[in-house]
Amino acid sequence: MPSLENIANSIHQWLNNNFSGPWPMLIEFAIVGVCIISLFALLGLVLIMMERKVSAWMQLRLGPNRVGPVGMFQTAADTLKLIVKEGMTPDGADKFLFNVAPFIVMIIAMVIMAPLAFAKNLQIWDVNIGILFVAAVSSVSVIGVLMAGWASNNKYSLLGAMRSGAQIVSYELSAGFAILVIVILTGDLKISSIVEAQANGWWIFKGHLPVWIAFIIFMIAVTAETNRAPFDLAEAESELTAGFHTEYSGMKFALFFLAEYANIFVVSAIGATLFLGGWQPLHFGTDTGFNRVMDYIPSSIWFMGKTFFLIFVIMWFRWTFPRLRIDQLLNLEWKYLLPISMFNILLATLMAIMGWYFK
Amino acid sequence: MYRETEILKQPGVGDPDVFGDMVINIGPQHPSTHGVLHLVITLNGETIKKVEPHLGYIHRSIEKMCESLSFRQFIYVTSKMDYLSSHINNHGCCLCVEKGMQIEVPPRAQVIRVLMDELTRLASHQLWWGAGAMDIGALTPFFYAFREREMINDIMEETCGTRLTMNYMVPGGVMTDVHPNFQKRVHQFIDHFKKKIDEYDELLTGNVIFQHRMKGVGYLSKEDAISYGCTGPTARGSGVNCDIRKLFPYEVYNKLQFDEIIETGCDCFARYLVRMKEMRESLSIVEQLIDNIPEGDIQAKTKAVLKLPKGEYYSRVETARGEFGVYIVSEGGTTPYRIKFRSPGYSNLSALDHMARGGKIGDLVAIMAMIDLVIPDIDR
Repeated sequence: MPSLENIANSIHQWLNNNFSGPWPMLIEFAIVGVCIISLFALLGLVLIMMERKVSAWMQLRLGPNRVGPVGMFQTAADTLKLIVKEGMTPDGADKFLFNVAPFIVMIIAMVIMAPLAFAKNLQIWDVNIGILFVAAVSSVSVIGVLMAGWASNNKYSLLGAMRSGAQIVSYELSAGFAILVIVILTGDLKISSIVEAQANGWWIFKGHLPVWIAFIIFMIAVTAETNRAPFDLAEAESELTAGFHTEYSGMKFALFFLAEYANIFVVSAIGATLFLGGWQPLHFGTDTGFNRVMDYIPSSIWFMGKTFFLIFVIMWFRWTFPRLRIDQLLNLEWKYLLPISMFNILLATLMAIMGWYFK
Repeated sequence: MYRETEILKQPGVGDPDVFGDMVINIGPQHPSTHGVLHLVITLNGETIKKVEPHLGYIHRSIEKMCESLSFRQFIYVTSKMDYLSSHINNHGCCLCVEKGMQIEVPPRAQVIRVLMDELTRLASHQLWWGAGAMDIGALTPFFYAFREREMINDIMEETCGTRLTMNYMVPGGVMTDVHPNFQKRVHQFIDHFKKKIDEYDELLTGNVIFQHRMKGVGYLSKEDAISYGCTGPTARGSGVNCDIRKLFPYEVYNKLQFDEIIETGCDCFARYLVRMKEMRESLSIVEQLIDNIPEGDIQAKTKAVLKLPKGEYYSRVETARGEFGVYIVSEGGTTPYRIKFRSPGYSNLSALDHMARGGKIGDLVAIMAMIDLVIPDIDR
């Protein structure tokens, strides 16, 4: 069976054999660009559909079921509506910042995808500081949100942006500490090495207590970072109508919307890579029969399956929990999650030095 | 009239606090005001310094309108006031007219009225539960609440013909007899809801985020609750003994076994618990009555045209939101000379500023949700 790795390699080979100079690199650049953008469009469609169906399932509803088979084209119809809608810019708004903000949020979400390992050896850029790159770039997205809120010249937007700023900056710390636990255990920042280290068992199994704590903190922190309920204070539709994107309409609003889902995908993918073994299949000790069956499942399916499981968990949060208040949100981070993560780092370091994890 | 402009014009010189103020209009179109309530809130950062409700967006001058309607007709305008407890509003008006005409309501009609009242109270509290949870940010309870509310609406539809503004009560009894399916359906509902109300508690009451959002928020002491004229669950959450069904029993309430729910937490969580427990009490009232509807007439014999003797009449009932009072001045004609409704929402809303000051915007939304505002009831 041709794996994604073989396809990518053969394209690379073919380009190098038939072109010379900078052309192979430029062509690959274009291919990757097109792939990422289409992946984004696809993710938007799939995740929004998934959110609707998951919420419908939890709320005793059917969800969209009119446009296309089981309502599959509902999102496409909605996107079409948003595209043809007028993208209005309010009079009092700072026009440049207002229009550039959604693109910043969107581009950040795209850039984070670069070091992700989608399947065995299918990675756009296996940079040696992979996970640091992810942590660094994801913290830039707060600038887009702040820009949107400030430039809108709307009090609701301003409040939403300020909330979002406080929230993302705070929860970055916990997410960073949770990531550090895995970095300490692996001893490398490179995504491919992190995945490689989990060949004989995922960190969530091998690393026991510190990794469990880190995983829970990571899930809480990334839910907050992506502005999802119960941490959706930046939008808080019952308090601030729509928070930082109150004034946005048409495709600019859609970009925020899409970026939210892209971010969910990205953080779930990182969670899957760090804690659930990335594209590594599930193996049970020396049970070779079982392991071979698991190996037969393509690595991309493993990766996507784990990612979508985490996405489902994040959606599950949203449709179950009430929203926190801003001071409670910050209390949770600074008084509970951060001290626990710091202690957890010590524990993980001790464990890594003493070799107390399963090998 | 618009006092927010005055706030904006306040000189900021020498008063550093004014520089930090931000005035925001919440409403008249806002997701958590449940209607066209307009709140002008003054903020310092996220902290609320002042809340000013601006009313009148849905004022239909119902009281004036009632003066040109006969004593049989005006009752049905009141369905459109507090549309979530329309039965109980109608009931209050009927009681007042019956008091004036000295009509004795047959026992069967009394029991049916109380049954309908309690079912309405259940439906109203269910909607409050769902909508309140939605204000706090949990969207799922809304759909759970509507599942049960739908059953009550179906029961109402069979007997009364409508699902929201029932117009079922007439002076002297009820308009028609209950539907043959009524008892069976209500039994089904009781069996269903008894299980589901525990599910409500599991989903929301025990949730730690929800409790943090509720506990200690919107403090209203017993004295303040009395002085603002709060009634219903808002006041009972502050430990005020104010259930009209107990204090001034009407119809068959004095023969029933039920408790007046009083919580002394004085905060939003106490108000929440009062309503949750009231649902169980209402359920027990319905359970007591549903198999014991006496046989007999559903209406007392009344004249076609009612003429209240000259005088002033007042009656009160306990709606889902508090005390609903009807005050009729009659000059002996076929229409009321003057009518005044005491709506619970108006008095409860007046305490909003007191409760919300010093809280966050999220608290304001939680407080409004726990007062259970129905704007047409406030504006009339």
